[in-house]
Amino acid sequence: MIHEYDVVVIGGGIAGLYTALTASENARVAVVSKVHVTRSHSVAAQGGIAASLGNEEGDHWEWHMYDTVKGSDFLADQNAVEILANEAPNAIYTLEHLGVPFSRNKEGKIEQRRFGGHTRKFGESPVKRACYVSDRTGRAIMDTLYDRCQQKGVTFHNEIFIQHLLFELNNCCGAAGYDLATSAAHVFHTRALVLATGGCGKIYKTTSNGFASTGDGFALALDAVLPLEDMEFVQFHPTGIYGLGILLSEAARAEGGILRNGLGERFMERYAPSLKDLAPRDIVSRAILREIADGKGVDGKDYVYLDLRDIGKNRLNQKLPEITSFIKTYLGIDPSQTLIPVAPTCHYIMGGVSTDVDGHVLADKAGLFLPGLYAVGECACVSVHGANRLGCNSLIDLIVFGHRTGQSILREIKSRMLPPLPVQAESIVADKISRLLESKGNECVAVLRENMQKLMTTQCSVFRNGQTLQNALEQIRHLKKCSLKIGLTNKSRVFNYELQEALELDNMLRVAEVIVYSALLRTESRGAHFRSDYPDRNDDEWLKHTLVNETLTGLQENYKPLAVGRFEPELRRY
Amino acid sequence: MKVTLKVYRFNPETDTKPHYDSFNVEAEPNERILDCLNKVRWRQDSTLSFRMSCAHGICGSDGLTINNQAALACQKLVKDYDYSKEILIEPLRYFEVVKDLIVDLKPFFERIKSISPESSQNSVLDVLDAERIQSVEERSRFDDALKCILCGCCYGACPVMTEQDQEFVGPAAILRSQRYIFDSRTTDQPERLALMQKPHGVWGCKSYYVCTVVCPKNIKVTEAILKTKKKIIEQQPNKE
Repeated sequence: MIHEYDVVVIGGGIAGLYTALTASENARVAVVSKVHVTRSHSVAAQGGIAASLGNEEGDHWEWHMYDTVKGSDFLADQNAVEILANEAPNAIYTLEHLGVPFSRNKEGKIEQRRFGGHTRKFGESPVKRACYVSDRTGRAIMDTLYDRCQQKGVTFHNEIFIQHLLFELNNCCGAAGYDLATSAAHVFHTRALVLATGGCGKIYKTTSNGFASTGDGFALALDAVLPLEDMEFVQFHPTGIYGLGILLSEAARAEGGILRNGLGERFMERYAPSLKDLAPRDIVSRAILREIADGKGVDGKDYVYLDLRDIGKNRLNQKLPEITSFIKTYLGIDPSQTLIPVAPTCHYIMGGVSTDVDGHVLADKAGLFLPGLYAVGECACVSVHGANRLGCNSLIDLIVFGHRTGQSILREIKSRMLPPLPVQAESIVADKISRLLESKGNECVAVLRENMQKLMTTQCSVFRNGQTLQNALEQIRHLKKCSLKIGLTNKSRVFNYELQEALELDNMLRVAEVIVYSALLRTESRGAHFRSDYPDRNDDEWLKHTLVNETLTGLQENYKPLAVGRFEPELRRY
Repeated sequence: MKVTLKVYRFNPETDTKPHYDSFNVEAEPNERILDCLNKVRWRQDSTLSFRMSCAHGICGSDGLTINNQAALACQKLVKDYDYSKEILIEPLRYFEVVKDLIVDLKPFFERIKSISPESSQNSVLDVLDAERIQSVEERSRFDDALKCILCGCCYGACPVMTEQDQEFVGPAAILRSQRYIFDSRTTDQPERLALMQKPHGVWGCKSYYVCTVVCPKNIKVTEAILKTKKKIIEQQPNKE
């Protein structure tokens, strides 16, 4: 089946919906998602969205910019960060007018709270910059945008899994996928295609991400011989529920929560004397794992405690109701009385499909872009997060750059004709599905996936070194070979999840190889990328972005210069 | 320990009517029902179909009927049930079954859409430089409704929907409407109230309270519906 729209957005999280909503002002827009749009993982965002409104205390967008650059360990592009911090307040006002039900302070203004790495006066002390809807900020923004998109006539194609981007010469003209309910091929013919597919947390064993976060957009870009930027930078959130990885928002520490080791010590004082528990995530995650390595985990095990007892029952129910209920449901404990076992959990990827500040996907280090193709959100790398993202900066990234991408689409599609579709657009997907359904190999999707997740968790997470990365690269390549011999036991064409998971595994293995490859290349430590064999930051050689492409002979790297700006790299202390 | 799941099965490609399969899985009391279902799919029977996404009760994908009550498979643990006996896993009621535990959610999302009037909002292209003021008390009037995750459990449990009026707009849709009607910033309240009064609208609710009992997010759904009804009565002009 062939569908035609002016704009097609792949992925229905906040980035996708905001881009769709913006473009819907003057175009026919569709959102295509492999889940029902309202299930997108943006709904799991908890703590808040950053903007220097100054509703609680003095704040300035330049302080926000500085914090973001410093948080990125000086790898973010400062022109992009300037846009993010400068446009953030108006973006929040727009969300408020769209109906997002922000929590309010006594004056009836949007209430704000502290968050990791956000400070006043260029690092002086923590500042209240996170706007929020208790601890269901993502859910509330998603619900509002979903309703607004419906009112604006945006069409949702739910449970369609995109497999290929379509090009006519260098012009993107759409995408092809299949319907999970029937396995039938669907082709989306369009003048503007937006990748908004989110992250890839499921590459790791323990993650805060949902099952759908399998890096599909990254694989689509690799297929189109487009580079992925800075993929070595994977964020581990310090406080996932031990064992499960379910996110316990940084807002818990913003509201007064404290991390304690097995001896009961508030160990963050030693690692970040000024910001302590509200230091950026890379620093806190490393601190937790160092405590554990020193035998100071709880009972010598591989977790520490999050102590929320001082916050009190009322405040927990008012400010952190969701995480309070998660803790009760999954651990059977009352956080106002009992310490909570936590450990770092894979949360976010700073890298992604290389884009400029208007959402254009860049095809090379010189900034050439392919007309008609855009990317936004976690799957894009603008780069505003550099080597480490600050909490609350992802949601504002989605809105600011979703808006800019929607606007650049509206400007550009006026003069862009609908390019013709390649003749094999439908059959390329239909053949792929049939081939997999007929596969007779003896490798099993679930087993290979588990091996990949274990491998990435043990060898390419918070701490890395050249030897284990080299080993991981070989093993990932071995798993990729094994995956060619997958045999599906489920031959159904109706909601065949073994088929879907086989396709997702292929995407994840390709992305995992790029992550490990990029991590092996970068012989320094910066932000979330920590090499124990190269423990120092090396600004002389590594103030540049990694670009990695798939080629016929394997992965190929390139480097893109950094957009430096007013903030010179400095020692990163908190 | 061993846990036995008795699972509703239906494959439209081969079956004329549904049947049940029993699966034994090794699981701990603290594991999620969703974890058990995944053990079945990944290790025993790859053809078992069910939806999932976030796995911690915020995306709303895995609403099922577990031991005859609508619930989220990722929010219920083995120990929440008498696991010395079989745990019965069936699709959400009311909806048409497509395959195994997967139901057709189109009627659900169409109803969620039906409660919103045509947009009268500002363009997102306008640059705004201020927020609207809303007091803490005003904001609290619709706080409970914001917890809704659109899982559809209330539809699978509502006696009106399952037994009396298949066209009923349903608890989650009314809750969504209540969220906007009670928001002091809403500019299209009359249109929203009018939509609620259409046939099969808010007056279809007979206050069975079952939605409130099953709601995975503990929302006082029936109370929100009653508040909406009260608002409609209050807004009507007094008849002399």
